[in-house]
Amino acid sequence: MPRMTMIEAIRSAIDIAMERDRRVVVFGEDVGYFGGVFRCTAGLQQKYGRTRCFDTPISELGIVGTAIGMAAYGLKPCVEVQFADYVYPAYDQIVSEAARIRYRSNGQFTCPIVIRMPSGGGIFGGQTHSQSPEALFTHVCGLKVVVPSNPRDAKGLLIAAIDDPDPVIFFEPKRLYNGPFDGHHERPVTPWSRHPLGEVDAGHFTVPLGKAEVRRKGDSVTVLAYGTMVYVAEAAAEETGIDAEIIDLRTLLPLDLDCIVESVRKTGRCVVVHEATLTSGFGAELAALVQEHCFYHLEAPVGRVTGWDTPYPHAQEWDYFPGPARVGEALVRAMEA
Amino acid sequence: MAVAARKASRSDAVPSAVKSRAARKAQSSAQKKGVASFTKEEDLFAYREMLLIRRFEEKAGQMYGMGLIGGFCHLYIGQEAVVVGMQMATKEGDQVITGYRDHGHMLACGMDAKGVMAELTGRRGGYSKGKGGSMHMFSKEKNFYGGHGIVGAQVSLGTGIAFANRYRKNDAVCLTYFGDGAANQGQVYESFNMAELWKLPVVYIIENNRYAMGTAVSRASAQTDFSKRGASFNIPGEQVDGMDVRAVKAAGERAIEWARSGKGPYILEMQTYRYRGHSMSDPAKYRSKDEVQRMREEHDPIEQVRRRLIDQWKLSEDELKAVDAKVREIVNEAAEFATNDPEPDAAELYTDVLR
Repeated sequence: MPRMTMIEAIRSAIDIAMERDRRVVVFGEDVGYFGGVFRCTAGLQQKYGRTRCFDTPISELGIVGTAIGMAAYGLKPCVEVQFADYVYPAYDQIVSEAARIRYRSNGQFTCPIVIRMPSGGGIFGGQTHSQSPEALFTHVCGLKVVVPSNPRDAKGLLIAAIDDPDPVIFFEPKRLYNGPFDGHHERPVTPWSRHPLGEVDAGHFTVPLGKAEVRRKGDSVTVLAYGTMVYVAEAAAEETGIDAEIIDLRTLLPLDLDCIVESVRKTGRCVVVHEATLTSGFGAELAALVQEHCFYHLEAPVGRVTGWDTPYPHAQEWDYFPGPARVGEALVRAMEA
Repeated sequence: MAVAARKASRSDAVPSAVKSRAARKAQSSAQKKGVASFTKEEDLFAYREMLLIRRFEEKAGQMYGMGLIGGFCHLYIGQEAVVVGMQMATKEGDQVITGYRDHGHMLACGMDAKGVMAELTGRRGGYSKGKGGSMHMFSKEKNFYGGHGIVGAQVSLGTGIAFANRYRKNDAVCLTYFGDGAANQGQVYESFNMAELWKLPVVYIIENNRYAMGTAVSRASAQTDFSKRGASFNIPGEQVDGMDVRAVKAAGERAIEWARSGKGPYILEMQTYRYRGHSMSDPAKYRSKDEVQRMREEHDPIEQVRRRLIDQWKLSEDELKAVDAKVREIVNEAAEFATNDPEPDAAELYTDVLR
């Protein structure tokens, strides 16, 4: 099976979707001629022409708004917002139009769009190139929210997202593009070519939306994570020697609650991990669900390890980033309770 | 690509202005004045200021290469005449706000090179104590309102600053800079409408360096004459040779006078060029080496002034060398400070989130 980076896997997914379905169109800032700042669309304009893969002005509201119009009339746009931090001008269109057009048109019009955006920190991007704004979208009914953590899932989930009849917000943790970053920034990252999840089927396949995956089997404590934090949690389990069961949520909406409940009922302990800020983060929803569904199985409070409630700092990136040490401490606390 | 370059150079050759009555008036006065020549002092001043920006940016590029600066770093090399010429047209109290290619603006506003460089390296002596980084720093003292990492976001803010000027009845003008890329953001036009409606003292300076990140102007803009972008709001505009600091200053004076006298906003499209990639990770493969080389050789803003200093003002090699040495000294001091200054305390993480 071929080896791919997450970038190549995403490109392969878009390529296959475009090949199979002429309704799929791909656009965004620098996406066409240049092939995307992270190269996720490199070569697609050459292959499919400028009417199917093209550049847009720097105009996120315009990109998303026109995509919604296209989708309402039968196309399947897969657009890129260059950084998740740039999505806010488009937020109105996503919330008020994309997420609601099905409901308010009595199902006559739908919005099958995918909005891809690189998210997360660890690249010294400062406050406007590092954010993880997933909770702003999980709070909106009518959307699906996906966060892959490896090339195989990225490809399968993206094809599924493009196939999906509803709007999908597709976050790509940019620190994972080239390898499974585990928070040890002082060490080189293992490239995907040397990781089993870098093996990606060259053809068409899907990873269903709404299905989590247990990434590490364990009996002591359940860790709920997604994106980069999956590898941070793996490192923390390794380094503390705690037999954690690590669940990679993969999609936040719809959420695989069955998988979570089954695991927490088994372990009796739960730690939620994400890179975004703490207050009203997606971890709050997870903690609430866990206590609702697993209260009588819990032997410790549900812990949360997240970014601090501050803007993403430039200088103190690694103080902000919830690395393996902080996750490890939370695991120890959960075990000691 | 070649077509785009030809188109751009054609429009370079024929500066035009919008055809509103106000604009025609402004344009005709511009033509009468032509490009004012500089005094020796002005040329020397412009030379020193532009050279400081260039050497600072070259040093920043080096320090990035050495790993001392991380993340994002957008160099202003090639565009120096724009901000320097504009600053020469301002008076005390005028404000400046810009996007992420901001180091030059800060130096031209008189901010300390040490503080700017230390922000790039994320040290506590940086203007935002290292927490902002290259794109996010400010100086209340120098009326510099940032440094904004989101493309186009500063345009609305600059409009608001101009509103505050009007409200407070001071006679300051807010110089609001953005690029050809930002000019396609929706909020720019919401701002234009309000600025003209309320006659706000703001000058919109569009630094058209021909590429919005990796996308050439002609591939992203339906109207590539940015001076016309205010036409439907009746905002006058003109295209300016942004590589000639004298032309910039002259246009800046006209625009600032217009805004200061209560006539409302004014648009200046600065036709300029960035020599480097969009950011440090951009190899700039979307344009030819020849194109960059031609701009450097034929239009370099600093070289133009240097030639005048030698040919017209008869400055000796030694005099020029003294200026160069002084500039290098400032830049080296800044680099040394930014390398040795400590990082902020971890406790600093939570300061200035709220009061």
